[in-house]
Amino acid sequence: MTNAEKITAFRTIVVKEFLRFMRIWVQTILPPVITTALYFIIFGNLIGAQIGDMEGFRYMDYIVPGLIMMAVITNSYGNVVSSFYGSKFQRNVEEMLVSPMPNYIILCGYVSGGVARGIIVGIAVTVVSMFFSDLQFYNVWVILSVFILTAILFSLAGFINAVYANSFDDISIVPTFILTPLTYLGGIFYSISLLPEFWQKASLANPILYMVNAFRYGFLGITDINLAVSYVIIFVFIFVLYFYSLRLLNKGQGIRT
Amino acid sequence: MTKALQINNLQKTYKNGFTALKGVSLDVEEGDFYALLGPNGAGKSTIIGIISSLVNKTAGKVSIFGKDTDDDFALARTHLGLVPQEFNFNIFEPLGEILINQAGYYGIPRDKAVTRADELLHKLGLWEKRFDMGRQLSGGMKRRLMIARALMHKPHLLILDEPTAGVDIEIRHTMWEFLKEINAQGTTIILTTHYLEEAESLCRNIGIIDHGQLIENTSMRELLSRLQQETFVLDLGDTLTELPKVSGCQLTLLDDRTLEVVLPKERAVNDLFSYLTENGIKVLSMRNKTNRLEQLFMDMLGNKDAGGQS
Repeated sequence: MTNAEKITAFRTIVVKEFLRFMRIWVQTILPPVITTALYFIIFGNLIGAQIGDMEGFRYMDYIVPGLIMMAVITNSYGNVVSSFYGSKFQRNVEEMLVSPMPNYIILCGYVSGGVARGIIVGIAVTVVSMFFSDLQFYNVWVILSVFILTAILFSLAGFINAVYANSFDDISIVPTFILTPLTYLGGIFYSISLLPEFWQKASLANPILYMVNAFRYGFLGITDINLAVSYVIIFVFIFVLYFYSLRLLNKGQGIRT
Repeated sequence: MTKALQINNLQKTYKNGFTALKGVSLDVEEGDFYALLGPNGAGKSTIIGIISSLVNKTAGKVSIFGKDTDDDFALARTHLGLVPQEFNFNIFEPLGEILINQAGYYGIPRDKAVTRADELLHKLGLWEKRFDMGRQLSGGMKRRLMIARALMHKPHLLILDEPTAGVDIEIRHTMWEFLKEINAQGTTIILTTHYLEEAESLCRNIGIIDHGQLIENTSMRELLSRLQQETFVLDLGDTLTELPKVSGCQLTLLDDRTLEVVLPKERAVNDLFSYLTENGIKVLSMRNKTNRLEQLFMDMLGNKDAGGQS
């Protein structure tokens, strides 16, 4: 395939993925917006008013970056895991496997679909948060870079989950029992400085902590983690997950017999 | 002449230890209409899976128009169009999108893909359904959609794995005509089917696979010439009470107006009719009891099994 043909193939997957989640926007875009609005009302307005300030910011303002990040993580992950597993289940993944398209184009196409949904949901949630909080943009470049890198990272993770999944149960187990707990314990609602020393150290093993804190730095200029360390962790995860995903595709894990 | 497909010593053992292919070698010439036949579980779909890279082979080599499917996979796949046995399109996508996306995977720009999709939707009688979702189609339409999809990138080799399974006679005949047409235009076709009259009427060459081995690979004409006898069923105009005797033929009265005749290869049908006419027996119609290829196919598989047991 020429480079132009590869770009066409890549664009085909991205457009297909975009149309897929936009066709069912009531299931894909709306729920995270409503859920996040509920978080703002309950944790921000009702409970947050009793909590007072956190690290010098209103509690509502403090949790906004984490809530946006949570929406990006769950949606980029969810998009790829459900779409690629759906293609496996219906066997229409074979349409791509018999084509001359290299495996990295398939992977990048699906990841871009996940990133697109993560970005759209993230922007929607950011807009909603403006109604509830006094949103600041301390460093736009940090916000944008962490936003996109996190979406890439969790799209890749969703892809790996989909490759190994053998049933629809398998694509909900990881989000329910691993992703959600890690997200909630990743410093969205609190600063890890509030935790006892042991749990502060234990929290450092949670990769989501680094993303939430880097993102919070972009909005508020505060972080529990060194920004450079956060970027290194994110890039290392992306690198490892990308090559692992590609290896699975090359092997034909779960898609070739 | 260029080989459309070359398979050399193809072997496949699945993870559960089942050996589906035991060293199959096979060539298909460019422009051929080739039938790959065999009973269920013989290994036909495994061969097709390996050719189309959906199944990993254990050993052997496959090349499509001289391009190795491992070393030169992109070019090899560009030459190949596949119509699999199972429906494998996204049932939640409109037909037009399914076709355009398929072209996109081959690097065909959208404007060209739209033109090609329109052309194929018209040819295969799906134009009216172009905005429908895949799930809204009948079985026959789904089969035609898969043929259209496989042809989007104008492959030189088209493999159809039981394309007419579950399709009514009228649509089956329409599909036959369409396949003949694209074969006449130069597309090499490999067909697997359980309808042996389909293989007999469409294909010029034939391979028979059984228990993972190619047990026959020859021309349809040569294979049919091996038929030692044919069985005909004659519908008679009048009631027949006494069984006529025709030398060299075996006759059975199925009922008082239906006669079964087993005619050896060396006897002409004219001889039979001359005798019947002389004896005032009026024949209204005549048909083969079973399809000729079916008879041979059963004989070959039966002989092989009997040989294997001895």
